[in-house]
Amino acid sequence: MTVPLTGMREGGVATLKAVNGGRQVRTRLAALGLLPGTEIEVIQNSGKGPFVVSVRGSRIVIGRGMARQVEVDTSPNDQALEA
Amino acid sequence: MIPKLPSQFTVAVAGNPNSGKTTIFNNLTGARQHVGNYPGVTVEWKEGRLKRGDLDLKIVDLPGTYSLTAFSEEELVARDYLLHHAPDVVINVVDASNLERHLFLTTELLELGLPVVLVLNMTDVAQRHGLRVDMNRLADALNVMVVAAVGHRNDGTEDIIEAVVQMVAHSSDLPGAARVCKVTSPSPQASNAALSPGRVTYAPAVEDAISRVSERVPDYPYRRWLATKLLDSDEEALNEVPDPDARMAVLAQATEFSEAHDGKPDTVLAQGRYDFIHTICADVVHRVGEVRKTRSDRVDRFIMHPVLGVPIFLGMMYLVFTATFTLGNPGMDVIDAGFAWLADTLNGFWGEGGVESPLRSLLVDGIIGGVGGVLVFLPNIVLLFLAIAVLEGTGYMARAAFVMDRFMSKVGLHGKSFIPLLIGFGCTVPAIMATRTLETRRDRLITMMVLPLMSCGARLPIYALLIPAFFAARWQGPVLWLIYVTGIVLALVAARLLRATVFRGETTPFLMELPPYRMPTARSLLTQMWTRAWLYVQKAGTVILGASILLWVLTFYPKPPADYIPPQGFDAVGGVAVEARPFAELEDPAQIQSAELSYSVAGRVGRLLEPVLAPLGFDWRIGTSLVGAVAAKEVFVAQMGVVFAVGDADEESMDLRAQLQSRYSPLVGLCIMIFALISTPCVATFAITRVEAGSIRWALAQAWGLTLLAWVVTFVVYRGGVLLGLEG
Repeated sequence: MTVPLTGMREGGVATLKAVNGGRQVRTRLAALGLLPGTEIEVIQNSGKGPFVVSVRGSRIVIGRGMARQVEVDTSPNDQALEA
Repeated sequence: MIPKLPSQFTVAVAGNPNSGKTTIFNNLTGARQHVGNYPGVTVEWKEGRLKRGDLDLKIVDLPGTYSLTAFSEEELVARDYLLHHAPDVVINVVDASNLERHLFLTTELLELGLPVVLVLNMTDVAQRHGLRVDMNRLADALNVMVVAAVGHRNDGTEDIIEAVVQMVAHSSDLPGAARVCKVTSPSPQASNAALSPGRVTYAPAVEDAISRVSERVPDYPYRRWLATKLLDSDEEALNEVPDPDARMAVLAQATEFSEAHDGKPDTVLAQGRYDFIHTICADVVHRVGEVRKTRSDRVDRFIMHPVLGVPIFLGMMYLVFTATFTLGNPGMDVIDAGFAWLADTLNGFWGEGGVESPLRSLLVDGIIGGVGGVLVFLPNIVLLFLAIAVLEGTGYMARAAFVMDRFMSKVGLHGKSFIPLLIGFGCTVPAIMATRTLETRRDRLITMMVLPLMSCGARLPIYALLIPAFFAARWQGPVLWLIYVTGIVLALVAARLLRATVFRGETTPFLMELPPYRMPTARSLLTQMWTRAWLYVQKAGTVILGASILLWVLTFYPKPPADYIPPQGFDAVGGVAVEARPFAELEDPAQIQSAELSYSVAGRVGRLLEPVLAPLGFDWRIGTSLVGAVAAKEVFVAQMGVVFAVGDADEESMDLRAQLQSRYSPLVGLCIMIFALISTPCVATFAITRVEAGSIRWALAQAWGLTLLAWVVTFVVYRGGVLLGLEG
């Protein structure tokens, strides 16, 4: 199921599908290891404020606005309740 | 045998932020380094020296970057240096426990064809995480020398130096030869392999596009790298193609390539790099233990908690500032006493008649007053820089940015801006230096521009003089609070406005790496503290010294002639106007001083400004004192003392308060404080802004912008007060 990263619950795991942002957003995410096909684990999603995700062994903070542009494939179990 | 070497070589240290790059740099150079700014930009720049036998190595610490795109100033600086300064060796520091991510930059360095020594840092952490890196295979796969190191224990430093020496020896042995390193670490088979190792091999369609673009830039030394950047529609890279026809052709090819890949050429190229890295890592990184949830994550559950995070941060800041001031104050008292003793001693040389001596006044009032006033904060500043180094070195600063971002982003500032703003309550100069922790130029500049609105410690004497003079005891606290809050609110509003106007455009998305918590080494903490504190001392000794002398001249010259009649004389006590007499007939030293000030350039400027300041309820006396306050805000108090001829005045002076009470209304008193809060920052702030922003234009914009803002706000307050019947 494809959802934006903002729809993930804490502890949820997903695979990055696409980044719906401009070139700058894509390139900055790519430099930190976030590319289509990359596995992501959501470490913190408190409902507001930035996200913390685990990618390729690093912890990355992603602002909520940017997280909305990140599309991921995930199972319903890994999604946030309200999503 | 090592061939005869030319004396000097340049070595650049490159790596991701949090790769431990700076610790490696410190290990290599020791204390022989200096910090500066890369010309024209706000990026911090460190350079050091390493001598080894005949070799003299200049070591440059490039800004930490994840890649060499042209999106941030750091990346541009690093890239520009690598492209145009052609360092003899590039030491690429990577985190051994996080190899896959860190090798991304390495692939770009290799594509540039640079002579790289790969330093596998933090091998101890990798080991703890159950990772083992096969160095021989890695060296073969990338065709570079690989050195293992543990920066914080200073392990592997000699090996790095050895590798650099070998590289340098090799490159100088074969001048002009292609810099493919045939050094000891990669096995000979690897170097000779037909399929060039050390270079990313992309999918056939991509390789095809790369070679076709490469044909358009035949003379360029880094063709392959340039070709990938051109395919990625990188504008800076396009500037490297001078020939207009070639440029058109390249553009057409880039468009075609982009269309063939869903409009996302960047993703295809990054994917190619990661695929290459992934293959290598699968081969060289061995998991020998289980990976547990790290301790960092457990600590972060508290530190970054959505509810607890903010109080924890504020508690930390409280600790930092209390510690800074409790531990720093004894030192401040010593320095203060030292300058007082120096002033007394100098005064002693001249004896009673010394008041007349310009040299005495220059030394005591001008230089000791100006430079001493800045240096007295040194103990606090040293401790503050140490605290910042600890916060950065342990990894807490990134968490603080995370915690504060929700609030700060509302006014268009970065989460990290909070700390410089807080330091601004102490002194604006170190606060502006502390903006170096901010990553983008835009965030840095906005923070710098609004920083002087955080009411610094030097403005406190002004409030301490005026508030008791005009306000009853029970209002004194609230008025002081109001002044500080006014500054904070204005800073936030100004930041928002700047973001919406001058710094308009797509906001930098919040994206950063959270480094694992680390114990910084004493050496790196002290190095960082010392280099920044030394910059502060240098400023005091140069720019601030010069400015102090200039302002002293302005308040001391020209001298009035004998027949000069001061504008209006006042009795020293009570503010009763006395008969105006010519300068030559004045006897009271305080009256003489007052008359001299009114005749000086500062006095004239004060009078000249009177029409401008009158709408704010200010007269020439206030204007003259405000001119003096440009040297250092607290000078306002001393200047008021001179203008009103009450002799040496400090903020406790009852005579001066009596004068003020009789001359001005509480409304004017409040307006003076508001104006002093907002208007032109002191000359030290101006100087540091010019240096840190990289251009005098920003310092001028700050000074004029704030003065204009001060006028407008004070005007509104004064006129509003008059309308409400508060004047008179």
